Amino acid sequence: MIELRNVSKRFADLVVLDGVDFSVRKGETVALLGPSGVGKSVLLKHINGLIHPDKGEVWVDGQNLTRLKRKELARLRSRIGYVFQYGALFDSMTVEDNIKLGITDEASAADETYSRKRALQCLELVNLDPVVAEKYPAELSGGMKKRVGIARAIAGQPTYLLWDEPTSGLDPVNADIIDSLVEKLDDELGVTSVVVTHDVRGAFRVADRIAMLMDGRIRAMGSPAELRASTDAAVQEFLERDLTIPVHH
Amino acid sequence: MSNATVTLDIRRLVGRFSLRAASHAGRLSYLIFEMVRGLSEWRVWLPRTFEQAQNIGYGSLFIVALTAGFAGAVTSLQAGYQFTGGIPAYFYGGVIVESIILELAPVLTAMVLAGRIGARFAAELGSMRVTEQVDALESLGRSSVSHLVLPRVIAGTLMLPILVVFADVVGIASGWFAAKGALEMTNADFVYGAQYFFRPWDLWYSMIKALCFGLAITVVPCYMGFSTKQGAEGVGRSTTTAVVSASVLILFLDATLAKLLLTRS
Repeated sequence: MIELRNVSKRFADLVVLDGVDFSVRKGETVALLGPSGVGKSVLLKHINGLIHPDKGEVWVDGQNLTRLKRKELARLRSRIGYVFQYGALFDSMTVEDNIKLGITDEASAADETYSRKRALQCLELVNLDPVVAEKYPAELSGGMKKRVGIARAIAGQPTYLLWDEPTSGLDPVNADIIDSLVEKLDDELGVTSVVVTHDVRGAFRVADRIAMLMDGRIRAMGSPAELRASTDAAVQEFLERDLTIPVHH
Repeated sequence: MSNATVTLDIRRLVGRFSLRAASHAGRLSYLIFEMVRGLSEWRVWLPRTFEQAQNIGYGSLFIVALTAGFAGAVTSLQAGYQFTGGIPAYFYGGVIVESIILELAPVLTAMVLAGRIGARFAAELGSMRVTEQVDALESLGRSSVSHLVLPRVIAGTLMLPILVVFADVVGIASGWFAAKGALEMTNADFVYGAQYFFRPWDLWYSMIKALCFGLAITVVPCYMGFSTKQGAEGVGRSTTTAVVSASVLILFLDATLAKLLLTRS
């Protein structure tokens, strides 16, 4: 379970999060929607301790992340896969080495046979050809980089997956492929997921619940049907732009 | 503009500068603390240190030789120009060797490496920061300091004394050849002068300087790279600041170490 309690964060004079309460139940996929620059990625980075709150608490797996020591935090992070917006692949390493770095268990990572097998298995899970393993990130398209980033995030068999704008910058076909992957991996791996996105249709497709972040707070949260039925004008205005075409959940 | 406004602006300027300096000092101290803590993770940094050391050492040989070679030759020619008549020939040997060992080899090598590896470290780490590669490492439960900073700092700090010794050899040799050619000096005079003025402490002093400079040209650029913000422009800014700061720090350390270690009471 993931829980943010009254979390506030500001950068200089800019208040990004202002007393956010947010929770994700075990095995659930929650999409975090909101306009660009509203602080969705900042909230996501609080969940694995990349950013620390100025105020409030972040609980993951029954542990208060703000109080953890370095080694405890590293141990917890090894159970949280993070898919970065632009892949964040190590450009001096091959795709295979990038994925191997995602194997967080030291004994497994040291076992060359296992780590190679696992890297190829993860490539297959994200529908990429094993030939890609030998390539460098610079030789891949944007969509392929995102998929390699996903493969790295799942290589360590995490319990939680955090997705930061998985479809941004992609054409509709590739965005659809990534949305299918999010659905497939959440189902097959049984992970608890938080998907940060401003793609309303994608959010309605993959999420069990949707939260909307506006003005530093969670403005609305509920199932896709509940959100669609919301009477909040700001929520409706945001949803209507993308939901003019019917979406099947 | 009234006097009150000018005073207010200066106060604000000083205040902002002090805050920024305090913030840098705090973050740099934290990075150094993290480096010390990361030393226990030797399985992570040791193999990467060898890679970096090879790159820094082998990759810098040509530029270090070129710099030391010219420095030795010019020192020799200028000594000949300045010390005219009345000075025994063996003095030149002493002046050339001592200048190379005490000052020129460590300072010029460090300056050249501040440009070569300092800029590279700041740009590499800065790019990794803005493309979230540093965050990616942290998110995988790995220490970015042990993976990225420690290998660079240890390799740079250890390789600089080795490169300085190499620069000593090249600089003295080129100074010797130049003295023989331009000043018509005999080998015996040069060797006698070099031995006459040489003290073993000079070599130790040169090595201590090289170690301090090695730390300066690696820690500062790594810190600048790690603090990079705002995309490509930020990487450019970090790289420039890293090279300038490391160079200024070298000069500051040079003066401080001379005062501390060479001044006779």
